[in-house]
Amino acid sequence: MLKLIATRAILGLATLFAVSVLIFVCTQFLPGDVAAAVLQQSATKETLAAFRRELGLDVPAYIRFFDWLWRALHGDLGVALTNGRVIIDVIRPRFANTMFLAGYAAIISVPLSVGLGIVAAINEGRPIDRISNIITLMTISVPEFFVGYVLIAIFTVELGLFPSLATVDSDTGFFDRIYATTLPALTLTLLVAAHMLRMTRTSVLSVMSSPYIEMAFLKGLTRSRVVAHHALPNAAAPIITVVALNLAYLVVGVVVVEAVFTYPGIGQLMVDAVTKRDVPVIQACGLVFAAVFVGLNTIADILAILVNPRLKYRR
Amino acid sequence: MKIFGHKPPFTAWLGMTIVTVNLLVALFGPLLTPYGESQSAGGTWDPPSVAMWLGADQIGRDILTRLIYGARMTIGVALVTTVLSFLMGITTGFLAAVLGGWVDQLLSRLVDIILSIPLLIFALIILGVFGPTIPVLILTIAFLDSTRVFRLARALAMNLSVLEFVEAARLRGEGIWWIMRREILPNASAPLFSEFGLRFCFNFLFVAALSFLGLGIQPPYADWGGMVKDNAAAISFGIFAPIWPALAISLMTVGVNLVVDWLLSIEARPSGAQAEL
Amino acid sequence: MADETPILKIHGLTVETIQGNTIVDHIDIDLKRGEVLGLIGESGAGKSTIGLAAMTYARAGCRITGGTIEIDGTDVRLLDAAGRRDVRGRRIAYIAQSAAAAFNPAQRIIDQVCEGPVVHGLMSRHEAEAWAIELFRSLDLPKPETFGRKYPHQSSGGQLQRAMAAMAMSCRPDILVLDEPTTALDVTTQIEVLILLKHLIREYRTAALYITHDLAVVAQVADRIKVLRHGRQVEEGATDAVLHHPRESYTSRLVAVRAAAASERVSLDTLGEETILSVEATTAAYGPLTVVNRVSLDIRHGETVAVVGESGSGKSTLARIITGLLPPSDGRIRFKGRVLSKSLADRSREDKRIIQLVYQIPDVALNPRQAVGEIIGRPVHFYFGKSGQQVTARVKELLRLVELPEDYVSRMPMQLSGGQKQRICIARALAANPELVILDEPTSALDPLVAEEILKLLKRLQAELGLAYMFITHDLDVVRRIAHRTAVMLKGQFVAFDSTDRIFAGPHHPYTEQLINAVPVMRTDWLESVLALRAKGG
Repeated sequence: MLKLIATRAILGLATLFAVSVLIFVCTQFLPGDVAAAVLQQSATKETLAAFRRELGLDVPAYIRFFDWLWRALHGDLGVALTNGRVIIDVIRPRFANTMFLAGYAAIISVPLSVGLGIVAAINEGRPIDRISNIITLMTISVPEFFVGYVLIAIFTVELGLFPSLATVDSDTGFFDRIYATTLPALTLTLLVAAHMLRMTRTSVLSVMSSPYIEMAFLKGLTRSRVVAHHALPNAAAPIITVVALNLAYLVVGVVVVEAVFTYPGIGQLMVDAVTKRDVPVIQACGLVFAAVFVGLNTIADILAILVNPRLKYRR
Repeated sequence: MKIFGHKPPFTAWLGMTIVTVNLLVALFGPLLTPYGESQSAGGTWDPPSVAMWLGADQIGRDILTRLIYGARMTIGVALVTTVLSFLMGITTGFLAAVLGGWVDQLLSRLVDIILSIPLLIFALIILGVFGPTIPVLILTIAFLDSTRVFRLARALAMNLSVLEFVEAARLRGEGIWWIMRREILPNASAPLFSEFGLRFCFNFLFVAALSFLGLGIQPPYADWGGMVKDNAAAISFGIFAPIWPALAISLMTVGVNLVVDWLLSIEARPSGAQAEL
Repeated sequence: MADETPILKIHGLTVETIQGNTIVDHIDIDLKRGEVLGLIGESGAGKSTIGLAAMTYARAGCRITGGTIEIDGTDVRLLDAAGRRDVRGRRIAYIAQSAAAAFNPAQRIIDQVCEGPVVHGLMSRHEAEAWAIELFRSLDLPKPETFGRKYPHQSSGGQLQRAMAAMAMSCRPDILVLDEPTTALDVTTQIEVLILLKHLIREYRTAALYITHDLAVVAQVADRIKVLRHGRQVEEGATDAVLHHPRESYTSRLVAVRAAAASERVSLDTLGEETILSVEATTAAYGPLTVVNRVSLDIRHGETVAVVGESGSGKSTLARIITGLLPPSDGRIRFKGRVLSKSLADRSREDKRIIQLVYQIPDVALNPRQAVGEIIGRPVHFYFGKSGQQVTARVKELLRLVELPEDYVSRMPMQLSGGQKQRICIARALAANPELVILDEPTSALDPLVAEEILKLLKRLQAELGLAYMFITHDLDVVRRIAHRTAVMLKGQFVAFDSTDRIFAGPHHPYTEQLINAVPVMRTDWLESVLALRAKGG
């Protein structure tokens, strides 16, 4: 089993490498190149060539790739084209902000949706399941910003409870931070929880239709014992996968929610960079998001291996 | 009334009505509107009135008119994207399953890698490089979305291609196109149809989100996501201007999802949780 | 041997689907202590539904709508949920067809066996474990003390089936419901489990409902037999009486099919001389696993060669090699002396035409989205370039050949019964005018009476068209009736290949002997005689 886990971890690293290649290759398609994009029409041939040398664009792409990757591994993500700031310094606090918001939302949404998903599954077809089906279907159908603005309309405009702009900086204390990010966290929670609830329900249901569940009922066990002892241990692996998938979704959903609440996270940074076509920043943000995403999926796979008795105890 | 041999429940009727109305508005919208797409007919964020049922937007244009024009753009782009995505995804997915071997390995690994980056992030990178024009937008989303379709199509075709009737066709000596078109596609059409609804919703929301971020459909075209972005500031003054386009987006996706949910429930079987104890 | 108070008394039991179709219709059962009642019928006869209903359990989509179910004088249908739970597992216990699916994969076997008595408050965990080990021992499980520490996936199908019997017996129930407990097992394993189950029922004087589709199996364990069809009772009587003097025509047909196996023989007179297919010392592997090892086989014009073996013996793989689906790593396949390419892609259309395959499960062998006319018509068009009227005419001719009405052309597979689907599969194979048809267990997914019709059809077609058959099966009764020559396959090799008569007459390879002896014979004393034989042989 150790071997399986190691294989999975190495696969995660390999994926991350492949992803970085992909990100790098994409940015090579930039019409003209970075130098032309920065200097625009004003550049003469000579200044363009000089600037290219300065940026190292005259060496082959693969060398630039390994150079970029090597530096990135050492925390050097380069310099922003538009304002010349060191990217890692810009990203670090914003990354922390994003993780704070995502973490806040995860702490509420994971227990809530897994719990309700299980309840819905074991009450399949009953009113509580149908109601939860309709509500979650509505919630997953609406865009993030709709939920965000409705929450603002209710909690800020009508009730005056929370601010509509989630402004935080490095000096903001923990509780002020919680207060400022409640609405964005709630927005994320509503969206992710609905997805997670539905997927949890499906996973539990597929276990509930196994013959060994029927056997457990035929042994005269109570419904709660059947669920706790026979259904849930087997639903654990799929539920873990569901949670990981949704946490990854959460980290991405953050991009739009940050825009709604103008929250200074890495998503906002990336959107700004795309608007200004600041390629090094785009690359850096893309890499960070990809690393979080791949990391979460790898951890989920490893956990799923750990809880699977077929893999734990070989023949 | 029966559709596909089943009687749709109320929610499915509701969904079908919403979708039909939206499609009609997208098709015939300009015939209905009292104002032009970018005609300024009032003051900034004028409140709703008899002349402007939903009020005016940030530069005094009628919001209802913009919504009607936006339907065409937003739904149209999402629909074209989804059709393209399915054409690519089904062809490659079926090919991977039927041919197997290195073709399958190559395509599957490529899709794995693309899917190991969140699609929104990938889209942002591509848009950052090529710039947000409508063709780039459609091709980017269609390409990224086709990876999901690929996975489903491949899985469906894999399950079908191990069945004996496909093996029988192979043994007979049929070519792969015949097998894909005549043996596999007809048997995969039901799940693919439901998936089309879901992927459409996803792409529709995706386009709306990108427009909301200012990276999707660009002015002067009216589109729902962009309208939310443009009117976002109004919400702080208690003005509902950004809610209307957001609501329109939500209604459309809820409608499609209600229909898809019903289609999926036809195929689903009751699980053991429903046994009589 | 049975005392007179009924422990289970079912009266007027009716089960309906939620749509309102009746699947069990007014069934009465009287079961005395220590008595075994065999429930027998084809698929869809409602046997399993009755077994589950005896535990007041109905699967999703079904409901028990009428009748009384008395266990030891109490109508369990009138009990509340807690009362029913108290009966389930404790008074009446269930043994399912597939033990591999009925065990929770996430728990050790011992935990699952002990769960019942502990939850019902009959024993402490310690006592339950001791009792479980005793049951494991009497069920002849390896290392009974430690067997329970395994997880389900760590033991074999036969062992799990026995462990499930232990689980059912863990509360010392008065009644056992055995739902096809040996059907999923190989013949040689089936007999072991059958012996142990019989022993168990006798030893603890448990009453039992024994559900099966196999008359010969039920003959070994049941005191009485109830024959079911379409959810209704056909007849009920003492086992010997039903087997030897059936009252109803349906029962006599069932018995006749089983009996035919013992009498019918294949004549060798009609056999041609020309060898059409020869497989020469062929070896094939899936990855590192060799599944077919240096097998040689020849089939003559108009001949049926049976290949028998248990699941995993490599008999279906042999079919895949011959058809080109699995290229062999070594050896050669000749057709009328000409060497065939190893892989399908390299074979000409003509080479593909002459060998046709008929599958075990007709439901998945026909494209559900194609009409019968298209299914049969495609090879006519594909191999012979015919079109339009010519194809239709040929399709109708083929339908007549397999004894189906011509207007079936426009039917969809969904509208056909299992036997009709298999006829369509045969017609599709014949559409290519093949010289050799490989039949991969063509009757084993069908009910016995339907299977019988298919066998007759195959024999008639062989006589009329001079076809050669390679008949893959695990059923020795079928072999005896249809095959001119028989090959016995074990672990990828032929242990015997000779004329069918000589294979059955002996002297046998030990494995052939085991295989032949393991086939249940429709005599109530067969199991005893096998036991006696074993005791003698050591």
